[in-house]
Amino acid sequence: MKFSEKWLREFVNPSIDSETLMHQLTMAGLEVDGNEPACSPFDGLVVAEVKSVAKHPDANKLHICEVDCGEKDLLTIVCGAANVREGMRTVLAKVGATLSDKPKLEAVALKGVTSYGMLCSAAEIGLGESHDGIIELSVTEEIGKPLKEIIDIDDNIIDISLTPNRGDCLSIRGIAREVAVFNNIELSKSKINPVKITSKAKRKIKLSAKAECPHYVGRVIENVDVSVKSPLWLSEKLRRSGIRSINIVVDITNFVMLELGQPMHAFDNDLLKGDIEVRYPKDNEKIKLLDESEHQLKSNTLLIADDSGPLAMAGVMGGFDSAVSTKSKNIFLESAFFMPEVIIGESRQYRLHTDSSHRFERGVDPKLQESAIERASELILQLCGGAAGPIAEMTSNQDLPVNTQVILRKSKIKRVLGIDLEEQFVTDTFTKLEMQSKYKENQWFIVPPSHRFDIKIEVDLIEELARIYSYDAITVATPSNHLKMRSSNHAHMSVKTLREILVNRDYQEVITYSFIEPELNKSLNNNEKNLVLANPIAPELSVMRSSLIPGLLNSLQYNVKRQRDRVRLFETGLIFEGCEDLKQDSHIAGLIYGNTYEKQWDKNETLSNFYDIKNDVEAILYSSVEKNRIEFKKSKSEILHPGQAVDVYIDSKEAGYFGQLHPKIASKFGLKNNIYLFDFNIKNMIKKSVAKFQPISKFPSVRRDISILIDETVALVEILSSVKSNATEALSNLELFDVYQGEGIEKKKKSLALGLTFQVTSSTLTDEEVETIMGNVLDGLYNKFGAKLR
Amino acid sequence: MNEMIEKLQAQALAEIESVTDLQQLDQIRVNYLGKKGLLTQQLKQLGKLSAEERPQAGQVINLAKVAVQEAIESRKSSLEDEQLNEKIKQGQLDITLPGRGGKRAGLHPITLTLQRIESLFQQIGFDVVEGPEVEDDYHNFEALNIPEHHPARAMHDTFYFPDGRLLRTHTSSVQIRIMQNDKPPFRFIAPGRVYRCDSDMTHTPMFHQVEGLIVDENVTFAELKGLLIEFLEIFFEKELQIRFRPSYFPFTEPSAEVDIMGERGWLEVLGCGMVHPNVLKNVGIDPEKYTGLAFGMGVERLAMLYYGVDDLRSFFDNDLRFLEQFH
Repeated sequence: MKFSEKWLREFVNPSIDSETLMHQLTMAGLEVDGNEPACSPFDGLVVAEVKSVAKHPDANKLHICEVDCGEKDLLTIVCGAANVREGMRTVLAKVGATLSDKPKLEAVALKGVTSYGMLCSAAEIGLGESHDGIIELSVTEEIGKPLKEIIDIDDNIIDISLTPNRGDCLSIRGIAREVAVFNNIELSKSKINPVKITSKAKRKIKLSAKAECPHYVGRVIENVDVSVKSPLWLSEKLRRSGIRSINIVVDITNFVMLELGQPMHAFDNDLLKGDIEVRYPKDNEKIKLLDESEHQLKSNTLLIADDSGPLAMAGVMGGFDSAVSTKSKNIFLESAFFMPEVIIGESRQYRLHTDSSHRFERGVDPKLQESAIERASELILQLCGGAAGPIAEMTSNQDLPVNTQVILRKSKIKRVLGIDLEEQFVTDTFTKLEMQSKYKENQWFIVPPSHRFDIKIEVDLIEELARIYSYDAITVATPSNHLKMRSSNHAHMSVKTLREILVNRDYQEVITYSFIEPELNKSLNNNEKNLVLANPIAPELSVMRSSLIPGLLNSLQYNVKRQRDRVRLFETGLIFEGCEDLKQDSHIAGLIYGNTYEKQWDKNETLSNFYDIKNDVEAILYSSVEKNRIEFKKSKSEILHPGQAVDVYIDSKEAGYFGQLHPKIASKFGLKNNIYLFDFNIKNMIKKSVAKFQPISKFPSVRRDISILIDETVALVEILSSVKSNATEALSNLELFDVYQGEGIEKKKKSLALGLTFQVTSSTLTDEEVETIMGNVLDGLYNKFGAKLR
Repeated sequence: MNEMIEKLQAQALAEIESVTDLQQLDQIRVNYLGKKGLLTQQLKQLGKLSAEERPQAGQVINLAKVAVQEAIESRKSSLEDEQLNEKIKQGQLDITLPGRGGKRAGLHPITLTLQRIESLFQQIGFDVVEGPEVEDDYHNFEALNIPEHHPARAMHDTFYFPDGRLLRTHTSSVQIRIMQNDKPPFRFIAPGRVYRCDSDMTHTPMFHQVEGLIVDENVTFAELKGLLIEFLEIFFEKELQIRFRPSYFPFTEPSAEVDIMGERGWLEVLGCGMVHPNVLKNVGIDPEKYTGLAFGMGVERLAMLYYGVDDLRSFFDNDLRFLEQFH
């Protein structure tokens, strides 16, 4: 909320400078977001009346005006504004005047006619944005009066960001109340007196929705002149609060809203028929609002209506057809209390957020309606003339919110804040906050004032005390602890460890959005159902990812486009599978692209391949799961290259996959090298057993290396398992140390070199024993695969 | 005979002096001291001498042998030294060439920041807990004292799903889940991703938060202040000017925002407060017996200040030129 500091100081004027005042507001919980000077400095501007307008003989767009600025003689002013006319009051910058962008105005000849000053637009004097013609002032402004005496140019616009609980501060008077408390001074309360009733005109009010609108006050004012311009003091106060001047009556209702916090509405009384009723819509009712938007009314929308139909959406915006215009003669003023929940529902449903709805949503003082209507009436009578009718009022007392007594225990203050507050301080604070307070047997019995509808329970009062005492003044303490060790389970692989493994293997961690592009998501997982946002910020961020791969691919593409030809990435995070029966599991996934190693001075460059990603996958898996529980199976996944696709099973349950991204999908990303990737559900990475010590043999081991020629289609696992089954328990290690195809080897065959290590714990193996085993191993390989020794 | 020995010894020493490799040296040893060596042969001549001459002559030969032996040993060691020096000389490398093999990459700066926050709170007995990101209205709002028509909901810019579920707008939802399923005292932090329907220079639709909570029999606002001041100064590794400013969150009361003094004025870094009695009641905890403190911090904000990052959005571009700065 923006407001003028000088306006605030009309209500409460502590002897502190602007800086201190703003600091005070912030520390009171009314956070100052910013401030700016109300207008740029000027001098030599006066109110002037245009006495005559003639065309410039040599310039089509210029006028030669005779202007009265309170001096003996009229001044000749050349003016280019289209809106200049006889009898108009406006602002004249006299010769010698200073404006923000003009250091010192001189008399200048324009196409042969000398202009002794300049008629100003609102923008030129810093009182608005409008460059459209010269500013038009109310005819009530006194000719020749320096502008500085009408508006305070030495003013500061303060912007505060109010929390939703402080609806009571959405007005100058509300903020002033706070400032008064913090500076220990009185609020200068100008009493609002009822205006003199000089007309009998009155409209009957009917509350058909008492629970939602328990209080409605209305008044007819006849013979009002809405054609007069708002005086500068008024329009300037509105401008400094960020509100545009519309017409004098609307300006006055806005002024009262800003001053007191009561949103009001004015209808053209001649356009109303019969009684005013607060009700819910009948079937198929429509309304066209002030902003010219048309709405089919939903059944839960609270309305102000007359006999002919809806007039306004209660508390949010008035109707277009019944609005006050400069031609209106008789008006009907509304000052009502609407329940916050009703207005919140309305403004959200129709996506309408107005100064009025903002205040009603946060709560308006339920006792403010009469004084607000009197204040508005007073200003209307003063500025537009007219005759006020009697107030028409309907109240449903049982539905009006009432502040009830809240009890504060002295001991509770210490329990919540950790400090003792003196009784006198507590009592004084409540008095300053206009709360009725009684102290008896270590308890305060408090009834908050009607504007503090946010005070309902004991801790609300404690917060008020802390706020006034100042949070900064509360002494600091160290939290005490019940020291308790947490159980530690060896089984759970922390995500932290998995991340470390990958980082150490040259994978860079990325963090990508959890919502992604629907098409991309669909092409990279086999799930049918996806969770789609109802209100995404953009279509490409509208579906919850059911895999980490799309985000990684996007990041890969982003970096390749920026001249990176080697990229290795991983991410951990939740993925979202299913819809109604949603699963939110934590996954870890990565991809590699480009060379195995960064370019190095003594290594050949080789592109990463399937076996590189497999090595990384093994490192992750073996660090967290026992090898013998893991199975690699050929995968049928549609997102992977059919020849380089593996599903990983842990305890016979699918736990993840890895392999080459299917070239068909990869081609969509326009990258020149193959992409290898993996994805695992972290939930499955659980160790089952603690490592068990095995005695180390004291006897030497014997190693035999063999090289065999075998069909290229035989998978290594089959060969290894044949070797193991024939090699007895004596085989302590089996390794593959070469695979060769090419020159010297028959086509469709491959040569494998295997190293077998034998060792037993009870003795040294003899050569004969080893030879017998080796014979069995080779026989086995020959019989099963036709493998021959090379 | 003595002359003969002296001559042989002198000859041997001269040869030893002039050899240039170990092989030649060994040949000299064989030539003089071997079974058929020149000096060894002299010993065999002893028999021809009289019994009186023999001991003296024997001594002369032995002395000569020892002298030659010593000379060989000494020459051997100096030749070995030369050889080693030569080998070392050949082993001179350009030690400024980079090491070879795979390199290490790095964690995302947000993860680094999260780990730093977690480790600090773990030191003083906080658990680290997690919760779902797709939440229901109850855990994200209702249970946190934000009923349906609460204006505070407007502060949240929530992402919704058609069935009414939503993306959690804060990790405060996790405190409800934890407190529902266990008994006080509680002391934990809940880090994680949160979502708000907002995207501009200073907002990304996804960001990270750490929510912290203590619920115990005597937790006070004074302790909340102490805890957070300590955390901030240790996190930033310096003394800070810190202020607690009254604010409003529906799930805490009193509520405060915490600012630290930065280069260009006050910067908001944390929200906090005493757990609202309604929240405690909602999870079945007696607010007369227990009080609680809670705080929530934006991880990106802390990371930006800690690392001097000036554009929030760069955290989610995943540009390697950015990420590699945090290795």
